[in-house]
Amino acid sequence: MSKTIKLKKGFDINLVGKAEKQLGDFKSAKTFALKPTDFIGMQRPKVTVNEGDTVKAGTPILFDKAMAAVQYVAPVSGEIVEVKRGDRRKLLEIKILADSEISYESFDKFSEEALKSLSREDAVSNLCKSGVWPQIIQRPYGIVANPEDTPKAIFISAFDTHPLAPDYAFLLEGEGKNFQAGINVLGKLTTGKVHVNVDGATQVPEIFANIKGAELNKISGPHPAGNVGIQIHHLDPVNKGEVVWTINPYGVVQIGKLFLEGKYDASKRVAITGSEAKKAVYVQTYMGACVDTLVEGNTKQDHIRVVSGNVLTGERINRDGYIGFYNHQITLLPEGDQYEFLGWMKPTASRLSYHRALGLLSFMKPKKEFVLDTNTNGEERAFVQTGVFEDVTPMDILPVYLLKAIMAEDFDEMEELGIYEVIEEDLALCEFVDVSKHPVQEIVRKGIDLIQYS
Amino acid sequence: MKFLRDLLDKQKPLFHKGGKLENLYYLFEAGETFLFKPNHTAGIKGTQVKDAIDLKRMMITVVIAMIPCLLFGIYNTGHQHFLATGQTAGLWEEFGPKFMLGLQLVLPIVIVSYAAGGLVEAIFAVIRKHPLNEGFLVTGMLIPLVVPASLPLWQVALATIFAVVIAKEVFGGTGMNILNVAMTARAFLYFAYPAQISGDQVWTYLGDKTPVDGFSGATALAVAYNSGVEGESVTTALNNHNASLGDGLYGFANLFIGWIPGSIGETSTLMALIGAAILIVTGVASWKIIVSGFAGAYIMGLGMNLFAVNEYMAMPPEYHWVVGGLAFGVVFMATDPVSASQTEYGKWIYGFLIGVLTVIIRVTNPAYPEGIMLAVLFMNVFAPLIDHYVVKANKNRRLQRATV
Repeated sequence: MSKTIKLKKGFDINLVGKAEKQLGDFKSAKTFALKPTDFIGMQRPKVTVNEGDTVKAGTPILFDKAMAAVQYVAPVSGEIVEVKRGDRRKLLEIKILADSEISYESFDKFSEEALKSLSREDAVSNLCKSGVWPQIIQRPYGIVANPEDTPKAIFISAFDTHPLAPDYAFLLEGEGKNFQAGINVLGKLTTGKVHVNVDGATQVPEIFANIKGAELNKISGPHPAGNVGIQIHHLDPVNKGEVVWTINPYGVVQIGKLFLEGKYDASKRVAITGSEAKKAVYVQTYMGACVDTLVEGNTKQDHIRVVSGNVLTGERINRDGYIGFYNHQITLLPEGDQYEFLGWMKPTASRLSYHRALGLLSFMKPKKEFVLDTNTNGEERAFVQTGVFEDVTPMDILPVYLLKAIMAEDFDEMEELGIYEVIEEDLALCEFVDVSKHPVQEIVRKGIDLIQYS
Repeated sequence: MKFLRDLLDKQKPLFHKGGKLENLYYLFEAGETFLFKPNHTAGIKGTQVKDAIDLKRMMITVVIAMIPCLLFGIYNTGHQHFLATGQTAGLWEEFGPKFMLGLQLVLPIVIVSYAAGGLVEAIFAVIRKHPLNEGFLVTGMLIPLVVPASLPLWQVALATIFAVVIAKEVFGGTGMNILNVAMTARAFLYFAYPAQISGDQVWTYLGDKTPVDGFSGATALAVAYNSGVEGESVTTALNNHNASLGDGLYGFANLFIGWIPGSIGETSTLMALIGAAILIVTGVASWKIIVSGFAGAYIMGLGMNLFAVNEYMAMPPEYHWVVGGLAFGVVFMATDPVSASQTEYGKWIYGFLIGVLTVIIRVTNPAYPEGIMLAVLFMNVFAPLIDHYVVKANKNRRLQRATV
């Protein structure tokens, strides 16, 4: 049965710089990179190419020795120009200088008819060797799924409520056939249901509306209603010992393309957003693209921060850095490394706050779009909470108790309080609203690591 | 401001690791962050923008909410003096002198409280190497408001130091304490120096003047309690109290507005409610605790009415809201986010029980005419237990779901 769920708790962060639904005209990126650091839970990454090798789109270049079946492949064809390592030889980036014309590795191709009789084994092995598999994320832990597991269900959140989030209907324009094919393949991977969750507050985009072979659930509410973790919690929560998988709609399309066209197609649309972007539009590129051509000449000022992803869960990258594997968005923000005289007591209506404490007036303009810089607006302090974490977490979870259990490294307590149900993004709003400026997402990951590796 | 900033930047290296004044780093930090919001930016991963709130702003909001109580307390201190010594009877006569007298009495207490507590905070910050706690902005104001204006200043200092050290710093500072710091200070005074904080004589400042004939300095609570003993209706007793000085001095309206003797800031229910409005609108304090605290007192008062064996028990329940410091305690003490219950359900129970306990202690215990102090401290101790069961219920829901 499809479900309709209305969530009340949460908070929408409205920012200036939403991308217009049109494709911008930018010089295409010269280099592309695969960043092993994007894959949380990758334990022993091993590069299988050397600098100077030539690769096609879909050529394996990396795998995790702890899960050797899953290949990580080149997004574009070209030459490996650098394997960048950091401290203690930690693998950071595998950079590829792209060919002007992309050539593809070829994989098994199926007609829509033939897909129906595809076996689970073939589906899994095809996904693993083609490099599409890492799109599938497992809960608990929020790591790349293990092909040997059988999940009790698969969840796809078909809308994004993060600040300045891209519009999936535009990201995946014209991919309806591939999306349906992807759903058909995913249906073979689970013994349970495939859930496609759409925004209940707006009209359902055509690409999702007539989907077959999946439950179409309508979820509405402020952010984090679009987070798949929240949706799972309300649809079919993860209990201890259970595994579910999640996948972004883009990944579903990629699966569809792999099986229908027999190629690893890493082309994607990325939204350029943020208050400092001159042209906030979408751009057609490939996964792992270098952002220099999108940033240079497209900023209103020089002192900015480039974020791969959104402002809640994203990662700071250099102006010539690379878009993360799972991101469909870059955000350009003003850097906030300035002092402000008596800034802690000045009344302000221009700084967004969930709170209404003395002089914080942003609550009077709930629809206003804000320009926020990266200043932390205060120093880290002890937990002095007033129930706001609960107010922005639409789950039957007590965030403060969970976080304290993690800090105390109390395993039983973490388990009982629901560590299996959350990953960083689900509690990202807590980090935003926190009076005491704790690194909430970092703490959550620490807890997950403790549970996972013990 | 550039000049100030440059000055700070110039001195900064002195306080950093390896600098001459390295040990005083956290004092420098406290001063610096007071003057300037720091230039920290969000980390590489995680939330790239942050809410505009910080702990300083949250704490100063509570201080602002207490200002109506403080101003009223200052004026009332002067007013009670003038009333008791027979200088004027009218409420607004001699406004200036009354206010100035109140200021003379109250301001030193505030200054001593902030100075003594601030000193302890600073010493601990330096020794324990933790940042200076903004929580003291609130505590330093709360303590003066819950003591009588006639209290010797050395006792204010001693109580503040005791409370900050024993109730807070030994647990690790703001955020770690179990008991409300200001209530601990008051409890310390109550048990260590009962002569200065209980009885009939301490609530009104007389100075070197003699009170007028027929004056009694008893608080409304004491009057209510005695009427119970003597078998006279409480409302009549209150209405007749100090009748020689004026009509209805302890009438409901006066009790509500707060024109009665008592601790500096806690006589006025009206001002506490204004403070409550500020705290609730700004979202700094939990409205659940405030509402359930008042409700608890009322319902317990009603219950007492049903089984009344003396006149005090038969007192109309709404009187419990206005005699004594219930309103102030519920609004400012019970809602301290650190020592209160931390779960949302827990807050209802916690607040409610504070109201209930206050009334029980008031009515049944002859030794403690004011119940709110002990009720808050008692429930501070029980808050973790309440939370434990709320959290357990959450865990059980998860467990049941798993086994279904």
